[in-house]
Amino acid sequence: MMKWFGRKPSAESAKERLQLVLIHDRTALTPAEMTALKDELLAVISRHVEIDPDAVQIQLEHDGRTQRLLADIPLRSVSRRRAG
Amino acid sequence: MTAQVITISSGKGGVGKTTTVANLAVALAADGAKVVCIDGDIGLRNLDVVMGLENRIVYDIVDVIEGRCKLRQAMIRDKHLTELYLIPAAQTRDKNAVSPSDMTRLCNELRPEVDFILIDSPAGIERGFRNAIAPADRVLVVTNPEVSAVRDADRVVGILEAEEKRQTGLIINRLNPVLVKQHDMLSANDVLDLLGIQLVGIVPEDEGVIVSSNRGAPVAQDPKSRAGQAFRNIAKRIKGEDVPFMEFGKQDGLWDRIQRMAGGRKA
Repeated sequence: MMKWFGRKPSAESAKERLQLVLIHDRTALTPAEMTALKDELLAVISRHVEIDPDAVQIQLEHDGRTQRLLADIPLRSVSRRRAG
Repeated sequence: MTAQVITISSGKGGVGKTTTVANLAVALAADGAKVVCIDGDIGLRNLDVVMGLENRIVYDIVDVIEGRCKLRQAMIRDKHLTELYLIPAAQTRDKNAVSPSDMTRLCNELRPEVDFILIDSPAGIERGFRNAIAPADRVLVVTNPEVSAVRDADRVVGILEAEEKRQTGLIINRLNPVLVKQHDMLSANDVLDLLGIQLVGIVPEDEGVIVSSNRGAPVAQDPKSRAGQAFRNIAKRIKGEDVPFMEFGKQDGLWDRIQRMAGGRKA
């Protein structure tokens, strides 16, 4: 009812903000540490396979009370690499 | 008898821990159980006033622990319910006067005498909280549907997990069904989803809670109060009964609107 000019209902903002905060509280990972983790992870992987850094998605998700690190890392195809 | 020790905790202050302890104690005792509540908030004693027993205090928990009186002497009997007792906190001492092993010893002494021991934990996650959870068989975490209360509740749940306290339950207190309907308050499902522990009860916001604490007579004794009904339901669930959760959407029916227009109590 409080959707002023398409603004998101406040309960929804509360839930989204809490989801992020709780994941960081539970894992004791700050957003800066998370960025460092991503960079290091990508560096290690790119030593072995060619990846597309812009398409990489790494995030923390929670399922009940367990946290998991989800990484979606698309690889560049070998044929393209050979052709190039 | 071997009592079940239940600690009521929250992390954040002011979410309704003391009110919850007083109401669950009254509801359990009214249902025939023998109950002792312990005020674990040393230096900031409050459970006595909420229960209306502040004028009867002679000895407190620190007197028992330091051997100045017998356990029995510090147990204050309720004015109405003969099987309900309170062990008050000390007001002029601090939380360091008690250790987690003191609390465990005290509860072990009480266990054979009663059915339930309810401990009112202080806010925070420090010594007083550690004291309160040490003897607990079960910890009920009270929260409000509000960002800071949910965040602090999550910290408490995390500590309980680390301490291997497996029996935890969630009480969502002061839920305002009108705000939830307007999407301006986290719903019970949102809070459950975020915290991921078992739900034990949802207590609606109710002016009657303030009125009853003014009088020192917990709202669980008022058959007409919705919050009182919610607390009575939680007490039944604690005893292992399967009680359905209250439907809050339904209360905004025609009759409620007529009552409101007639100047009756708000939903």
